[in-house]
Amino acid sequence: MSVVRVPPVLREEAGGARQVEATGTTVRELLEDLAGRLPALGAKVYDGADIRPYVNVYVDGEDVRTSGGLDAPVRENATVVLLPAMAGGR
Amino acid sequence: MASYRELLQQTKAEVEEVDAREAQELDGAVWVDVRRHDEWDEGYIPGAIHIPRGSLESRIESRVPDRTAPVVLYCATGERSAFAAKSLAELGYERPVSLAGGFVDWKRNGREITLPRSLSPERRARYSRHILIPEIGEEGQLKLLDSRILLLGAGGLGSPAALYLAAAGVGHIGIVDADIVDESNLQRQIAHSLNTLGSPKVDSAKRTIEALNPDVEVTTYRERLTSENIDAILDDGWEIIVDGADNFPTRYLLNDASVWRGIPIVHGSIYRFEGQVTVFDPHAGPCYRCLFPEPPPVELAPSCSEGGVLGVLPGIVGTLQTNEALKLALGIGDPLVGRLLLFDALATEFHEVHVNRNPNCPVCGENPTITEYVDYVEFCAR
Repeated sequence: MSVVRVPPVLREEAGGARQVEATGTTVRELLEDLAGRLPALGAKVYDGADIRPYVNVYVDGEDVRTSGGLDAPVRENATVVLLPAMAGGR
Repeated sequence: MASYRELLQQTKAEVEEVDAREAQELDGAVWVDVRRHDEWDEGYIPGAIHIPRGSLESRIESRVPDRTAPVVLYCATGERSAFAAKSLAELGYERPVSLAGGFVDWKRNGREITLPRSLSPERRARYSRHILIPEIGEEGQLKLLDSRILLLGAGGLGSPAALYLAAAGVGHIGIVDADIVDESNLQRQIAHSLNTLGSPKVDSAKRTIEALNPDVEVTTYRERLTSENIDAILDDGWEIIVDGADNFPTRYLLNDASVWRGIPIVHGSIYRFEGQVTVFDPHAGPCYRCLFPEPPPVELAPSCSEGGVLGVLPGIVGTLQTNEALKLALGIGDPLVGRLLLFDALATEFHEVHVNRNPNCPVCGENPTITEYVDYVEFCAR
């Protein structure tokens, strides 16, 4: 079971939770599990085939796009960070 | 018991003395001036570093870590430097030499000298807590006074950055902001006050900076950054940019310009209880488009006015940005290049993720596809 940290802009889709759990031995399995548990959140991050272009997914601090993609392995008890861009500065 | 003369003679017999020509022929030599501060202030041999005799043994290892390099030591006449050379030999330096005749002969023979810049007594007092830190010192403080840092935005992130950069003695601060100060800003934008309600933010921030530190020259740009004006603003020679913008179009515009011009950006952003900080150092690390190739859709890009922000959060994130900007200006420490720092104010937790350069980045990648400014439609106003 991994912990998925939900960014503030996506918390509504996670029922207000700051972190949720998901399982999977690869990034793809983990995102599909997440989409099964929380379809609204899953849809914002994963379109069923790929990670959406404006969201980054980090597993244990590494961006999955540059470290193996959707087939990259996920260890037990990994920390997953979902990160859409934020622009606020004021 | 030996007299001073005898001790000096004995020491000179033990160390290697060289004349100016021989010293200049020593390949890879480090020149160390061991005179007092007031002597150094009147000129020194170009390229020399200054370690007064009294702190030579305690400081030489950090300033000259390589014990195999020849070290040319000099003082005024070659006496203190003979003792210094003996000490360095005892510390394991392989070839410490003493410059015969010292600085006095060097200067008398018409050789080149450098006159150091130094701080006035008023500035030494004001910046004494910086000067006491070995990594900064007077030299570092002079660097800060010479540095030119541009603030994009004089709002939540720009306010603490403006105040701390000014207090630190950054000599030139530019501020870009088109807005005027309103009541809802005062919950977090600490560069402004009731006295400046209704004034342009750039003018209000300039007043605050000038009241804090008259050493700072402030350049204001009361305009919104666009593809039309960005080149004119950056042509003013800004060396570091602190990005406290509140919208995606400006952030992408700034990123692309900074990559093309090689200007590092200290990036910060905030939303409700969470903030992000990183440094985009063009070509040395990733850029904003390596992190986020394109802006998110409108529904994922709420602004502060819609989403709200804890008042102190920009204070925390803006001062972290200032820390990075000062390190870049001083050339010290490990900047947040390739690392994105995430701060959660509710949990009081920092989390770090790695950001890699993207070889396919449309701006800083191997085959860039974006080569001129892109004007994204404004979808995240305030």
